[in-house]
Amino acid sequence: MENYLDTKGRIFDIQRFSVHDGPGVRTIVFLKGCFLRCKWCCNPESQSKKIETMVVAGKEKTIGYDVTAGEVLEKVKQDRPYYRRSGGGLTLSGGEALFQPDFAVALLRGAKENAINTAMETTGFADFDTVIKRYIPYLDLFLMDIKHINSDKHKEFTGQPNELILENARKIAREAKKLIIRVPVIPTFNDTVEEIEAIAEFASSLVNVTELHLLPYHRLGKDKYEGLGREYTLEHITPPTKEHMLMLKKAAEKYGLKVEIGG
Amino acid sequence: MSYTIYDAPKSERIGKLIKALYEKKPRIESSRAVLLTESYKSTEGEPTNIRRAKAFRHILENIPIVIRDNELVVGSTTVQPRSCQVFPEFSFEWLEKEFETVETRSADPFSISSEVKSELREVFKYWKGRTTSELATSYMSPETLVAMEHNIFTPGNYFYNGVGHVTVNYGKVLKIGYKGIIEEAKAALEKCRISDSDYVTRKAFLEAVIISCEAAITYAKRYARLALEMAQEEADAKRKLELVLIAQNCANVPENGARTFYEACQSFWFVQMLIQTESSGHSISPGRFDQYMYPYFKKDLEAGVITPEFGQELIDCVWVKLNDLNKCRDEASAEGFAGYSVFQNLIAGGQTPEGMDATNDLSFMTIQATMHVLLPQPSFSVRVWNKTPHEFMVKAAELTRTGVGLPAYYNDEVIIPALVSRGLTLQDARDYNIIGCVEPQKSGKTEGWHDAAFFNMCRPLELVFSNGEENGVQVGVKSGKLTDLTTFDKFFDAYKAQMEYLIELMVNADNAIDQAHGERCPLPFLSSMIEDCIGRGKSSQEGGAVYNFTGPQGFGVANMADAMQAIKTLVYEEKKLKLCELKDAMAHNFGKEGNATEDAKDLAAKVVKKIMETTSVLSEAQIAEVYNQVASKVSVPTTGDNAKYKKVKEMIDEVPKFGNDIPEVDLLAREVAYTYTRPLEKYKNPRGGQYQAGLYPVSANVPLGAQTGATPDGRYAYTPVADGVSPSAGKDVSGPTASANSVSKLDHFIASNGTLFNMKFHPSALEGISGIESFISLILGYFDQKGSHMQFNVVSKETLLDAQKHPEKYQSLVVRVAGYSALFTTLSKSLQDDIINRTEQGGF
Repeated sequence: MENYLDTKGRIFDIQRFSVHDGPGVRTIVFLKGCFLRCKWCCNPESQSKKIETMVVAGKEKTIGYDVTAGEVLEKVKQDRPYYRRSGGGLTLSGGEALFQPDFAVALLRGAKENAINTAMETTGFADFDTVIKRYIPYLDLFLMDIKHINSDKHKEFTGQPNELILENARKIAREAKKLIIRVPVIPTFNDTVEEIEAIAEFASSLVNVTELHLLPYHRLGKDKYEGLGREYTLEHITPPTKEHMLMLKKAAEKYGLKVEIGG
Repeated sequence: MSYTIYDAPKSERIGKLIKALYEKKPRIESSRAVLLTESYKSTEGEPTNIRRAKAFRHILENIPIVIRDNELVVGSTTVQPRSCQVFPEFSFEWLEKEFETVETRSADPFSISSEVKSELREVFKYWKGRTTSELATSYMSPETLVAMEHNIFTPGNYFYNGVGHVTVNYGKVLKIGYKGIIEEAKAALEKCRISDSDYVTRKAFLEAVIISCEAAITYAKRYARLALEMAQEEADAKRKLELVLIAQNCANVPENGARTFYEACQSFWFVQMLIQTESSGHSISPGRFDQYMYPYFKKDLEAGVITPEFGQELIDCVWVKLNDLNKCRDEASAEGFAGYSVFQNLIAGGQTPEGMDATNDLSFMTIQATMHVLLPQPSFSVRVWNKTPHEFMVKAAELTRTGVGLPAYYNDEVIIPALVSRGLTLQDARDYNIIGCVEPQKSGKTEGWHDAAFFNMCRPLELVFSNGEENGVQVGVKSGKLTDLTTFDKFFDAYKAQMEYLIELMVNADNAIDQAHGERCPLPFLSSMIEDCIGRGKSSQEGGAVYNFTGPQGFGVANMADAMQAIKTLVYEEKKLKLCELKDAMAHNFGKEGNATEDAKDLAAKVVKKIMETTSVLSEAQIAEVYNQVASKVSVPTTGDNAKYKKVKEMIDEVPKFGNDIPEVDLLAREVAYTYTRPLEKYKNPRGGQYQAGLYPVSANVPLGAQTGATPDGRYAYTPVADGVSPSAGKDVSGPTASANSVSKLDHFIASNGTLFNMKFHPSALEGISGIESFISLILGYFDQKGSHMQFNVVSKETLLDAQKHPEKYQSLVVRVAGYSALFTTLSKSLQDDIINRTEQGGF
């Protein structure tokens, strides 16, 4: 019988000692390929499933490689001493981990069989019954983005409407162990009090959801667009100020949520 | 044990004391040397221990004393703050040579008056032919001297200075005073029978103890009188009262047991400064201050005679005093080394001898004191074990975040069993503290010789490539021609053969110096506070201590691991490279433009040797400066084959490196470390103790790297060697946990004289609660894997700017990005700028 850990997938990075995408010290596995095309995306090299070339610090670098779930799991296990001390574990990120269900689920299952805490950052943009449902038994924490309540604006900035995402959020909230809603706060897109309040109101309506994370926009990905020969369309915006973030936090807290700035 | 966290504020007095401490240029004072010599001249022919004691007494009866403004704890070895005395009994030639330049030199100048110069000149005449360093040289074998000339190892520290590196039984003095110790010595003297085989030496030693302890009492009483006199003349009523209290304290301690916490602080300080008046040895480490001081604090607190605020102020005062002690070093060192340290290591936390958690109020107050003074002394450390309270870890991490580079973290779970394996009882092992940099010992029972030498593990590998020869001199053994080293095992064995031979020579050097100290400079005062000197009737320099060790340090583990991995892969497995081609490439410094000449190498070697004679541990800034100086003098010729040599380096760079959590390389590193740690274990010192290895050059990796040619790990000639057990700079590119995992794969137990793992962080990585928590998890995760020590260099904005310019030097620097930590050099320029600006704004 074929071992599930032999399932192949495509990733572009593994980052150790990460501390903000789930509890404790975590190893983040970045999967390649995404359904959305968010204009602010700080990992533009993650969007296409294809292996591509990016210029990094003047040198060409191949982005993306194929691995088995088992190989990744071995890497993840190397930081077990730190997970044990901090309550940390594995976080799947991307790209979009829902883009490669067989591989992602195999990896999560492997982690759980090794008693490693699991989390996943996701857009939630996939069919619930055939895709998302498979992840639920192996995930301790969903970190799901709600980027905008207005579907048109959502589509304008991410390339996709939000109806499926909002519907999935309701289902995940009901069935998952834990769901935290995250909002990338992007100037000119969703950084007004009204927009954040709308998201907070939605989040507070979800069963079992008590936490909301506001992630301030940063320019970490800017150079990568150039490295990929693509245009960075948010050239004109600057990261929100600390004061502005605190104001948004206050606004969101009105909905009875525990709100954090930063993930 | 339960504890209370007070977080008491810093009093105004502390700021004033610190300001006064740094107001004047330090100077060289001659009083000690003059008094020492006067006494020596009058005691010719008497037993050495008696001569030492009488000289000590003569010094303490006559040396000028001073109480500085605002001091609550008094006692100074010099009239002017941060100044130094001279110790001609160990060595003096270098100082005499530099009389005319010591005042005007650019770095670390010491003023010296013409009067002091002429007094010292007179004194030095007497010491010609009488120093420990001269005697030690005469005891060394010719092969040893050759190896030292060729910079394989340097025992410089104790060759030219007192040994130091000890923690005495402070608690005993606090409890029974020197009066109690004198009574013990008298009782032992009464038990001596004139027919005892060692009657002569035993009697002399015990009498020397009595003379020395009486001298300490006399000295304190001089302070009591001075304080009273000053009180009488003091106009300010508050200060008057303080002076009266000081007088009362000094009248009672250290003669008798301390009655209050304040007296305990004063008594502690007399012990600390008097040890450093008897000998020039540094790393006189206060050790477990939070343990032996606690009963006095607790008693006062319960009796309502002290507030936590005043307790904190007293501790802060002691911390300032620890920075009042200084040491003058020679010009070659001073050119490169701005600022210095005397390595008084003080440790908090850990467990009791019975194995219970030892954290108490003072454990937190000592961290607080370090935050208050933000000075280099004491070298502050914390002990960590599986029951360390989390609050204590948080408080320690907050100190780390200030960027002072303190505390260093030590792992009880490794150090205790390691010490037990060296013959300590379980109770003694649990009661360990740290000496100097990273060396564990049981206080008040050990003569550990912890900093006995630095052994450059790269040099023996250079000798493998030349069959033991260098510049026509046979320095190492004949380990075989390169063409005979047909398998990797044979190659590794050749390295082992060089290591074993050269280690033996280092042992010869250390034992010669050890013998010389025992013969010429026994220290009866120090020995009075070390068990079982009184029982055995001999000084700790002559084998009086319960535990005796010699701990020389090896360094360059990471370079040798990477070198062996490169050779194994490229030469023996992939057969892409021949040993002779590698040798050729190294001789041409991998084709690097601006190749170093042999002349430059010699120059660098000379500078470094000088430096190492007087100091063992340097700060990073000091090292960088020396290195820049040496590098600037190293120049040029290039050859036509540079492209060929560069290609060799490119091949080497492709081979996996230690520090990235790659089991194959890490386990090879473990084997490489064993080539140093294992052979040492079989040697004994003249005091009857065992050799034990340390793996911690701290900062000697830079100056000693400056005398090492290119190495097969791709390291360029004369550049720094890897630091401690840390991966080579910039080679660990997989993040802090990967780096820690690699280092933890070494055997830290066998290196029972200590290992040192240095990690660089930007303050942003410790930002907020999650930053602190993940930082603590990193330490605990490393310790769970049996790492022994960890320290953190929290870098400044300037460092980050430099990292932008020279990313190759900072490839493992961790910063906190938007919510996670990452390697600084991998970030985009704009983000790097964001982070730099964040620090400028005070960031966290």
